[in-house]
Amino acid sequence: MTPKPLETKKDYQKYVDEKSPNSPILKNCFNAFWVGGLICSIGQIIMWYCASKGLDTALSGTVVSILLIGFSAFLTALNVFNKIGKFAGAGSLIPITGFANSIVSPAMEYKSEGYVMGVGGKMFTVAGPVLVFGISTSIIVGIVYLIFNTQSITLV
Amino acid sequence: MDFLQNVDWTQLLRCFVVGGLICVIGQILIDKTKLTPARILVIFVTTGTILGGLGIYQYLVDFAGAGATVPLTGFGYNLAKGAIEAVKETGIIGAFTGGVKAAAGGIAAAVFFGYIASLISKPKMKKQ
Amino acid sequence: MKKLGKQTIKFDTPPSILQTASIVGPKEANGPLAKYFDQCLDDEFWDEKTWEKAESKIIKETVNTVISKSGIPFEKIDYCFAGDLLNQCISSSFGLRELNIPFFGVFGACSTFVESLCLASVFAESCANYILCATSSHFCSAEKQFRFPLELGNQRPQSAQWTVTGAGSAIVAKCGNGPYITHITPGKIVDMGIKDANSMGAAMAPAALDTLITHFKDTGRKPSYYDVIVTGDLGYVGKEILTELAKSEGYDIKANYDDCGVLIFDKNTQDTHSGGSGCACCGSVFSGYFFKQLQDKKIKKMLLIATGALTNATTTQQGESIPGIAHAVSIEI
Repeated sequence: MTPKPLETKKDYQKYVDEKSPNSPILKNCFNAFWVGGLICSIGQIIMWYCASKGLDTALSGTVVSILLIGFSAFLTALNVFNKIGKFAGAGSLIPITGFANSIVSPAMEYKSEGYVMGVGGKMFTVAGPVLVFGISTSIIVGIVYLIFNTQSITLV
Repeated sequence: MDFLQNVDWTQLLRCFVVGGLICVIGQILIDKTKLTPARILVIFVTTGTILGGLGIYQYLVDFAGAGATVPLTGFGYNLAKGAIEAVKETGIIGAFTGGVKAAAGGIAAAVFFGYIASLISKPKMKKQ
Repeated sequence: MKKLGKQTIKFDTPPSILQTASIVGPKEANGPLAKYFDQCLDDEFWDEKTWEKAESKIIKETVNTVISKSGIPFEKIDYCFAGDLLNQCISSSFGLRELNIPFFGVFGACSTFVESLCLASVFAESCANYILCATSSHFCSAEKQFRFPLELGNQRPQSAQWTVTGAGSAIVAKCGNGPYITHITPGKIVDMGIKDANSMGAAMAPAALDTLITHFKDTGRKPSYYDVIVTGDLGYVGKEILTELAKSEGYDIKANYDDCGVLIFDKNTQDTHSGGSGCACCGSVFSGYFFKQLQDKKIKKMLLIATGALTNATTTQQGESIPGIAHAVSIEI
């Protein structure tokens, strides 16, 4: 134990970090691994199914997204997704299912503030940044590509 | 369900492992840092967009299929890929239209299902 | 009434806590203290449409319960001190708007219950006969305001605490047969720079320590004077920190110290991580459990220190640290 943890704020933070219980990281990672892997595998199977129906890769990818998002929204509406998320952590957060959940859950929560400013306005409180940073970065990527693709740098 | 007879099991295993590992990276960020879920999602989508723009993520997609496209990094990759392809066709306008166009299905589905879910359901207490 | 030392007030004719009441939600009803509460709900909405309305109803019904238990007519109650966690204390003001009792909305985050008791006892000693104190909190409305939507599939860190759904209420009277509020030690704001909103116990523990030590210095008492020293909602992490820090300052409280946040839930089966929190944590555990212990004379002298984290969602997002506060009341029979 540090002799005088209240001497400075830094000492206290260090002391608190020592006292705070750690998350069971191995167990969490294991759960995240198999749930995340399983969700991706479901996506892969849907993808093959689309391919067998003659859809091209891009369209199959979109179908996978829509179905997984729909499935995730359905589970969120059934009040089940948070239990999966609590168990799997990043395993359900990182796949597109987590993105869907982060849009559907505030929509449900803020329903009490009305459909326009509640559902409509608050829907993106969690997932909005994903779109802001994802789309902005993609525009920069496009512009950078436009500038440099005449050079001998291979991009995609 | 005919396609299931031709399932490439090694491909599915690669998908499972890569998808799982990407999630493990996210889990380590959750447990070892104080990042909120929103920040972690932003980190993943931005990383995916940059790696997609650099052409690096394409290798992972070729290797693991949905294992690389279903995680949010794949969403970013999709945005970048769409932007680049549209730039090839329409120049600078493509940089603005391509990304969202490629991800439109997912975004629209999330918004629509979110709205529907808010109509039919309300939040419940976590019972655990 | 006179001031002792730096912060403590000693009452010449100590006001009495006449009656208490508590209502809690379903999760608390599955906890170890369930049988002590006046009413346990089986639904967080309690037939209301929103979490906020549900919380208002809980505090309203708790107040009705304490008044009917005490047998004092509404019009005889002089003043009311109440507060909660929601923005602008709307649960209390909306819940109690039909009460027709002069109303003071107080905010001390989770320390509100003891803050109300402090103010009520000063009023009782000086000018009023009966004063009502009430606080409430609700897991769902607190999550919505301070953290994430309920249906978001995230994992709570191990140091996080679980906001108690419920309310606690007490009537303080000028004259009565006890238990008596003999001393109060209002606390200072203490900020040791903790920024993690999932580490409230650690953020509040230095404030609790400050109030605890000041109380002992002002009154000349020692930890062993009390049968039990109880903090509001430091949880497991904060409890351990306070015990250690107090010891290093020369006050060994290990033997008779406990925390409402630790008592209200069963850590192993209820998955509440570092324990309970919220205004209702201290409020309902004191009103439900400890008041009965005092009435049955199983506890004769207790020091109740409610702790509060004076933060909101905006300051957390702006990266500000979390100031803590702790108020203490000495309750004796």
